[in-house]
Amino acid sequence: MSGVRVLVGTRKGAFILTSDGKREEWSVCGPHFAGWEMYHLKGSPVDPNRIFASQTSSWFGQTMQRSDDGGHTWEPVGNQFAYVGDPGTHQWYDGTQHPWEFNRVWRLEPSLTDPDTVYAGVEDAALFRSTDGGQTWAELPGLREVKGNLWQPGAGGMCLHTIVLDPNDANRIFVAISAAGAFRTDDGGTTWVPINKGLRSEYELPDPDADVGHCVHSIAMHPDRPDVLFMQKHWDVMRTDDAGAMWREVSGNLPSDFGFPIAVHAHEPDTVYVVPIKSDSEHFPPDGKLRVYRSRTGGDEWEPLTKGLPQENCYVNVLRDAMAVDKLDDCGIYVGTTGGQVYASNDAGDTWTPIVRDLPSVLSVEVQTLP
Amino acid sequence: MNQIQVQVMLPQHLRTLARSERIVALDVPEPVTQRTILDALEAAYPTLRGTIRDMATQQRRPLVRFFAGKQDLSHESPDAPLPEAVARGEEPFLVIGAMAGG
Repeated sequence: MSGVRVLVGTRKGAFILTSDGKREEWSVCGPHFAGWEMYHLKGSPVDPNRIFASQTSSWFGQTMQRSDDGGHTWEPVGNQFAYVGDPGTHQWYDGTQHPWEFNRVWRLEPSLTDPDTVYAGVEDAALFRSTDGGQTWAELPGLREVKGNLWQPGAGGMCLHTIVLDPNDANRIFVAISAAGAFRTDDGGTTWVPINKGLRSEYELPDPDADVGHCVHSIAMHPDRPDVLFMQKHWDVMRTDDAGAMWREVSGNLPSDFGFPIAVHAHEPDTVYVVPIKSDSEHFPPDGKLRVYRSRTGGDEWEPLTKGLPQENCYVNVLRDAMAVDKLDDCGIYVGTTGGQVYASNDAGDTWTPIVRDLPSVLSVEVQTLP
Repeated sequence: MNQIQVQVMLPQHLRTLARSERIVALDVPEPVTQRTILDALEAAYPTLRGTIRDMATQQRRPLVRFFAGKQDLSHESPDAPLPEAVARGEEPFLVIGAMAGG
């Protein structure tokens, strides 16, 4: 029988949650790397037992881990992330220029075709690639040439947090950076273009239509329609139908269009999920009710999903990497909160149940659908 | 070149990472300094590269401290000789995660 493995990164370690295809009974394994900040864990689509993990600490810096047995055992791999050449400067919080400095790995994206290739999105924002299973890392420096001097850190740092690989075109990659915006390469990462037309940041940028500088929080794609992307921006939920050439707002009737994660149903390319948060200064759900919102129309029309989620006195946040979908039928959805709960739905969001309630603050949730 | 067996005490997170005991014994070439100890430590435990000092600049990470002989030596030159008791292997060189937080 098929099953799922949910990889949870928290502020104090990693946890692996497993269930069979019914997704009713769960086992919880962890903490792995107890006490470390686990920003992201993700398995290879080619070899699901190969999992990469970003392990970081304000004290001891960045280390990287890899498992080749589904998370039972781990081995450290390479942790040297050197920018190519003189990395120069970017804009700092006070408007001055600030040297580019490596801080941590926010995002890992294993190749869709090669278990030894994996991308890493880092802070200060850059994209690195390993072709030897994580032992060595090389920057794709063309990205920072796209007006990198105008990029600026968001409240969480200047991080490259989103990497979306096009399943139909190995040379096409989308990335997103806070606060620089979204970018696309069509030549495997050598050259990049900003894809921010249609984004408006009236209260964040002096020029609301600027080429770069937008605070994109997350981007999601359905593999059957790689030209259609959905974006949760700082404010606004956006959609493009032409691989980022132009975006349009699809926030519709959401109670707030501020939020962090966005996800697309595994089998329905027009079914999209977001978690509205009250505002950029109040990072908790509106009205103390944790509601995942679902659109079955590719945006604009949204319905709240509440059954099994706390509907009073709930003031947690759901961070940008803390929502994921599995590929089972019905599609499963998983949401991790800063309060340490991981909620799961095994019916596309109609009903929810907590898998665990008291983990450390959840930074990321990924799910692997196992044969 | 003479080698001295020196003791180094690691904080919990680095012990976990290195899969080591609390105190590790290292053969360090004279003169025994912060730099020669850390070179030997990283050679014996490659997974610790970058966790105590920056891989490129070799500068101590901001929230790491070095104690020895009841002194905070974090701001001393990495090439300054360490106290004799440490250099003779009688007392450990302490790698510490700095106090931070409430």
